[in-house]
Amino acid sequence: MSTHTSVREESAAPAGGEPPAGGVVELAGVRYRFGSGTGLVDLDLSVPAASITVLVGPNGAGKTTALRVITGALRPQAGTARVFGLDPGGADGEDVRRRCGVVAAKPALYDRLTGRDNLKFAAEIFGLGPNAPIEKAAARFGIDRSLDLRVGGYSTGMKTRLALARAVLHEPDLLLLDEPTSGLDPESSHAVLGLVREMTAAGTTVVMSTHLLLEAEGLADQVVMMENGSAILAGSTETLMNRYWPRPLVRFAAEDPTGLDVLATMEGVVAYGREGATANVELDDVARVPGLVASLAAAGVRLTAVTPHERSLEELYLRVRRR
Amino acid sequence: MSDRPRKEPRIDRGRMWAVARNDLRQLGHSPDFWAPMLVLAALFFVVVPTILLLTITNIGSVGTVKNVSAALEVLPQSAQQAIRGESPTDRTSYALAVYLFAPMAVIVPMTISTAVGANTIVGEKEKGTGEFLAHSPASEREIYLGKLIASLVPGYLTTLIGFGCYSLAVNLIVGPHVGGWFFPTSAWWVLMLWVVPPFLAITLSVVLRLSARVKSAAAAQQASGLVTLPLIMLSYAQSTGGLLGAGHAGLWVGAFAWVAAFLGLKRGAKAVTRPRLLGVDT
Repeated sequence: MSTHTSVREESAAPAGGEPPAGGVVELAGVRYRFGSGTGLVDLDLSVPAASITVLVGPNGAGKTTALRVITGALRPQAGTARVFGLDPGGADGEDVRRRCGVVAAKPALYDRLTGRDNLKFAAEIFGLGPNAPIEKAAARFGIDRSLDLRVGGYSTGMKTRLALARAVLHEPDLLLLDEPTSGLDPESSHAVLGLVREMTAAGTTVVMSTHLLLEAEGLADQVVMMENGSAILAGSTETLMNRYWPRPLVRFAAEDPTGLDVLATMEGVVAYGREGATANVELDDVARVPGLVASLAAAGVRLTAVTPHERSLEELYLRVRRR
Repeated sequence: MSDRPRKEPRIDRGRMWAVARNDLRQLGHSPDFWAPMLVLAALFFVVVPTILLLTITNIGSVGTVKNVSAALEVLPQSAQQAIRGESPTDRTSYALAVYLFAPMAVIVPMTISTAVGANTIVGEKEKGTGEFLAHSPASEREIYLGKLIASLVPGYLTTLIGFGCYSLAVNLIVGPHVGGWFFPTSAWWVLMLWVVPPFLAITLSVVLRLSARVKSAAAAQQASGLVTLPLIMLSYAQSTGGLLGAGHAGLWVGAFAWVAAFLGLKRGAKAVTRPRLLGVDT
């Protein structure tokens, strides 16, 4: 592996810190530069089998380029890419792509053709023969009744579903989704993510990019935060949270918020801060809460709320990016 | 980066034809695109020749007959000897049918195939469908050849059908004046089956390269029009020469054109790359 100057503080290795041997996708020091800018800079990525890896990051972070390198559509200019242990950008490209299903950010469908024609074309390209499970794939995503309509007349949700049906038609081992829920209504998004979970449970490995951190949080086995073409952080949501915020945070509210300031000197309080009527209290142990409540009551503080605060991936993302 | 040398993958014909069929299917669903092409072919192969030949044979336009008869004097001896008919009108009709309209057999397929080919790769890029092909197991050569077939077929097929209609028209109009059905002559068979296809392939090798390199379909159409104009003129001249020339001129013209087409296509195949299908600026 090359030296990675752009990785800030956490290595982009998966949860637990140790790169798993023989991950489905192994990118090491991958670099890809466009004529007009930087695509990837020394990107490391390891994707374990039958897991969901979500790439998050701002526009231009390199998420789409990373997906393109994985299928071999773009060949790394430096570093190594291995998918199923093969070289996707070289001689093994066909073997890799045969096992990949891709849903691009734009659904990449032929608008003048019907849904059936689109799936038929994919079946021909993947050599599935005349008995390709077109109806089955369409039914799986709820578009079987629209198969004989022109795709140009489909809604955004239908197009995404058709693109998903096309991507899984050949039952890929690796599914790559580039912002698959972009432009979808909440119901369709929910259905799509449910199917992603279902496929992973059946053994498919999924790599997905998204802007929606909430979506990533509920879905990902591994989150990879990208910025300027590099992975700046990687791991499971829980691991990352524990790494950044190892201690529990509890929010206290009171009728007279100034009375809460006494918390700063109490035992078990590691950090204290108050914003308006709410005090954010970092504790060494969440079991301290009943004792603190009792102490505040004894001090005459009339509490209105005590709530444990679950940190979100969004907070983590913003914190990491602010650094 | 990979240490292993890239091996030339073998061509999977199934995938190559799938790409071609998909393009043709899309074309079939685009009457706004192919209807003008049909009109063009009908004009060149049926309407204009029919009107002209009917005018000469039935109305006997003396001025036209005189002008064309004079032009026949400059034809090569072998061509002059091949002209059938007793009267100047019959000989003029025959000469027009066999020699004057030959270039249209080149212009029509080239115009149609250029229009189709110019859009074929850049169209994938513009619509985003190139992403599907770029991530598919189809090799770049399979995609290229599929696109080539899809661009070649509409032009050549239209020409063959137009050629059939033209043959029928000239035999019905001129045939009775020159002793029966005479068309196609052997030189026309050579032109249609041996000379036109390679010229079409040469043109498409240029057009597809342009289509892979430019950023928009409009730019592809413009650039193709400019680049293929000299090629059309060259094909026009060579085809006419093949028809008029003595001996096996048509066969030689065709042979050279095939070699040029092979070289052009081989070079052109390299223009289709996955980054270009993705519209990536490398």
